Amino acid sequence: MPKYLLLKHYRGGPEPHHPFPPMDQWAPEDVEAHMAFLRHVGELLEERGELVGVQALTPAQTWVRYGGPDAAPVTTDGPLPETSDLVAGWYMIDVESHERAVEVAAYISSEPGPGGGPLYEWIDVREIMSGEPSDG
Amino acid sequence: MSALDESTRRLDEGALRALVPRVLAGLVRRGEDFDAAEDALQEALLEALRVWPEHPPRDPRAWLATVATRRLVDARRSEAARHRREEATHAEPRPAATEEGDDTLFLLFCCCHPDLAPASQVALTLRAVGGLTTREIADAFYVPEATMAQRISRAKRTLRGRRLDQPGDLAVVLRVLYLVYTASHAGRMDLAGEAIRLARQLTLATEEPEARGLLALMLLNHARLPARLDPEGRIVTLDRQDRGLWDRREIAEGARVLQSALAVQRPGRYQVEAAIAALHDDAVSAKETDWPQILAWYDDLVALTDDPVRQDPAAVLGRAVAVGHVLGAAAGLRETDRLREVLGERHRWHAVRGHLHELSGDLPAAATAYADAARRATDVAERDHLVRQAARARAAELCNRETL
Repeated sequence: MPKYLLLKHYRGGPEPHHPFPPMDQWAPEDVEAHMAFLRHVGELLEERGELVGVQALTPAQTWVRYGGPDAAPVTTDGPLPETSDLVAGWYMIDVESHERAVEVAAYISSEPGPGGGPLYEWIDVREIMSGEPSDG
Repeated sequence: MSALDESTRRLDEGALRALVPRVLAGLVRRGEDFDAAEDALQEALLEALRVWPEHPPRDPRAWLATVATRRLVDARRSEAARHRREEATHAEPRPAATEEGDDTLFLLFCCCHPDLAPASQVALTLRAVGGLTTREIADAFYVPEATMAQRISRAKRTLRGRRLDQPGDLAVVLRVLYLVYTASHAGRMDLAGEAIRLARQLTLATEEPEARGLLALMLLNHARLPARLDPEGRIVTLDRQDRGLWDRREIAEGARVLQSALAVQRPGRYQVEAAIAALHDDAVSAKETDWPQILAWYDDLVALTDDPVRQDPAAVLGRAVAVGHVLGAAAGLRETDRLREVLGERHRWHAVRGHLHELSGDLPAAATAYADAARRATDVAERDHLVRQAARARAAELCNRETL
């Protein structure tokens, strides 16, 4: 059974399907519907024995690199989450096939947005290689 | 380790775990190396699980001590252990104390040794004093079992060769127990219950009123836990909680413990925070909260440090809420201004300002502050709650505008 990482981005994808405001500007009932749907996705994957893990990331991003001998690491704070492609969180799933991973991703992307209709959010589907990582 | 979990439960987990600190303290006081003694006791516990169901011992504590000692002797004979013993020869046998409370306090001082990082202090305390398995501790902090095992053995290695007969720093012990308590909001294990159990043991071992203050604070907050989340897992703020769900028995115990601490007349931060929690618990409804009294206690709390804005910004922020309720939202917001430099990047600062803006009727400012708080939140439930608060404030503002 292959494992997949389904990455949710703040503003990701080949092209935005349609723009939408940040969630704190949605109607309260739309916020509730959205959160309830995501809770339901987690429960569904767990019930089906497909959920490995689900995690959200804070939007604060710091780029870090080695600064050289005896020097402090070089850091830069990341761009604003609302305007850039930044990972917001992920599901890790263990499924029968790539088709099933695509199906799950499409289902997540149908999450209700402002006004109650689907958000059509792009989901980034990545297969996880088996075995110990040898190179990061 | 999970095999250990299940069989312990069959045996009477509580009774067995209560013996852990007593047996371990006895071994360490006798001059045994903490690290080796802890390993030997873990082996003795496994042996107990195998043997006790068939042959229950007459004196479980003596049985564990004997088997652990035998393991220590075996280990000492082995090559690897010989080296370790040479390092630890300074440890002279000490007269063993017999009181249970003493043992707990002694072990807490070992586990909360100032040379250890807070995460290690917490892990070691849960294992050596709480008697939890490595697996249970790993689960509580969402890390792999191997990682937690490594953290614990590194901590024990740090203690190797340290003199463990000096009285330690009680303030560190209290802070570690409070860390255990607050960590429970995120994890799966009932760490809050464990922290309360350990704090209760600690109060048997020391007369220090702050130990009782901490126990009272935990009880008075824990009492509200059943009302803190709704059935969907959403955070319910104090002013909207169903007070009928609060644990009255726990509140009564917390209040009793707090009274006995305050009677000593040596106030400290845990006692003061417990007093504030007690006032919230006492209010029949949010409206009847005695904010002037709460503000008076916050005045005491910030007076405990010379420069509260830098040394105890959380106290100043809590006080700002009380100021908002007693003197008006504008005054409360002015109090938060003093914290901008220290807490301006923390979600709680923005959340408090959202609350105070809402109190003043400035809904657009409240919505902005809640959204700023949501962006900085580091807990999913809190982030979701703050997004909801922002959306709610914005919708209420729209509604107001339409009715004008």
